Amino acid sequence: MITLSNIQVTFETGSQSVIAVQDVSLHVDAGDVYGIVGYSGAGKSTLVRVINLLQRPTAGSVEVNGQDLLALQPKELRSARKKIGMIFQHFNLMNSRTIYDNVDYPLKSSKLSKSERDQKVKQLLELVGLSDKLNAYPSQLSGGQKQRVAIARALANDPEILLCDEATSALDPKTTLSILELLKKLNQTLGLTIVIITHEMQVVKEICNKVAVMEAGRIVEQGDIVSIFSRPQNTLTRDFINTATHIDRTLEKLTLHPSLVHLKDNDMLCKISYIGDSTSEPVISELTARYRVKTNILYANVEILQQTPIGNLIVVMSGSTSDLKEALHYLQAAQVNVEIIDSGLLQNSKVGDPV
Amino acid sequence: MSEFFTKYFPNVWNLREDILISTYETIYMVVVTSLLSVLFGILLGVTLVVVDRGGILENRLIYSVLEKIINLFRSIPFIILIAVVVPLTRLITGTSIGMNAAIVPLVIGIVPFYARQIQNALVEVDPGIIEAAQSMGSGPIEIIFRVYLKEGLTGIIRASSVTIINLIGLTTMAGAIGSGGLGSLAINKGYNRFQSDITIVATILILILVFVCQFIGDYFTKKSTH
Repeated sequence: MITLSNIQVTFETGSQSVIAVQDVSLHVDAGDVYGIVGYSGAGKSTLVRVINLLQRPTAGSVEVNGQDLLALQPKELRSARKKIGMIFQHFNLMNSRTIYDNVDYPLKSSKLSKSERDQKVKQLLELVGLSDKLNAYPSQLSGGQKQRVAIARALANDPEILLCDEATSALDPKTTLSILELLKKLNQTLGLTIVIITHEMQVVKEICNKVAVMEAGRIVEQGDIVSIFSRPQNTLTRDFINTATHIDRTLEKLTLHPSLVHLKDNDMLCKISYIGDSTSEPVISELTARYRVKTNILYANVEILQQTPIGNLIVVMSGSTSDLKEALHYLQAAQVNVEIIDSGLLQNSKVGDPV
Repeated sequence: MSEFFTKYFPNVWNLREDILISTYETIYMVVVTSLLSVLFGILLGVTLVVVDRGGILENRLIYSVLEKIINLFRSIPFIILIAVVVPLTRLITGTSIGMNAAIVPLVIGIVPFYARQIQNALVEVDPGIIEAAQSMGSGPIEIIFRVYLKEGLTGIIRASSVTIINLIGLTTMAGAIGSGGLGSLAINKGYNRFQSDITIVATILILILVFVCQFIGDYFTKKSTH
């Protein structure tokens, strides 16, 4: 659906040139909800603008819907853009037009008759749940409502792709969720391919099936969401995931308040993580029953990503050295990842290391 | 009524027809110049915005040429401009005196000012809205007419009323080339002949014109704000 190859974007500011996007290649399939995540200045907004050529790349190729966009004449490019909807962080509605006229704007250059257009506008506003606001002006709406209007407007020409540039970053968490729900619905009912730019892993977690992590103009990691979330390779990716699961903050709190943990000589503070099937096995109780290892759960979190549960626990395991060793082997065999954070017994060692 | 005038404004009563004609002349010059200036000023203002850096039809050469011309004409004092453009005035109107002749320097004097005002009004249009229009496949012409001029309407109206008020001031100076109007009435019949009541009445009439323009401008500004 979308294929970017070796995209490079360089901005010339006087004598200096700033490289915003560097050698980025990515592929989005039809029906994907593709997240591009990164901190401010990572080049993600520039990258998403390359997809509809609001930003022309300095080098590389852009293929959307099987068309090489860079080879198109201005007029052809404009009609190609009608098939790529876009929504923005600050909604960018026209303040001098009513909600109805805002949604009607992209239809005026279409071939539809006046009554067909009227029907289309009403149908779109119903789709986003704003049928009662036809004659209101954007200044009379809340942020979430404005974004809904923007979505209706972006969908007016029946695009197959929707680009979202920080579309929820100006919204509160509850409104963010309702907008994401709407996008999810559009993805499922209309088969809309969605590309989402965000700095919030929470957003990616909620709706994306694939994700790319950007840093300093490059994609440092990309893949399907379950494998990225369960086995992040890059430090930045881990950072992002931890902000979404809050596990880092929990660990920080625990280290700041050692009294919460009460580690004794034979205790181990561990982070346990598992994906999918392991959840159905009562791993923790097995530890106690079979290996006589007592397990105190300090923190637990289960995420469901694309119908796959991903669990993270912080536990204190206590038992004799040999019991603990056996327990660790058992966990390993059960496809559960164990990271030892603090232990008087196994200083700085990892599972699998010779103990 | 006439007794009141003959007592306190003796000359006004005698020259009442002149006053009416002068008022008409001023209004005529303001209206015709305004219409022409709106046309050229918006054209120029829009051009400045779209060819500016980051504009939808960016062209640095056209921008810097236009900008220099505008700055040049804005720097010439109007009373001198009237004299400088006389050859052009003759070419266009066939004469260098009278109401119609005055319109040429008036347009040349006001358009650069108005174009700048329009430019300021249009750069206020959120660039994000322009970007959204582009993402919806709008071309330059569509963006100019359906986005810039519509979204910038409030600013354009405000700029227009400021410009017209300025223009009323300039028409009084056009009296220097025998344009007629309230300005030359106040100077020639009022000041030069020591008939200060004429000067006062001319002043009051000009103030009324200014207030009316201001009122109309405010009304439409308010109406176009959502």
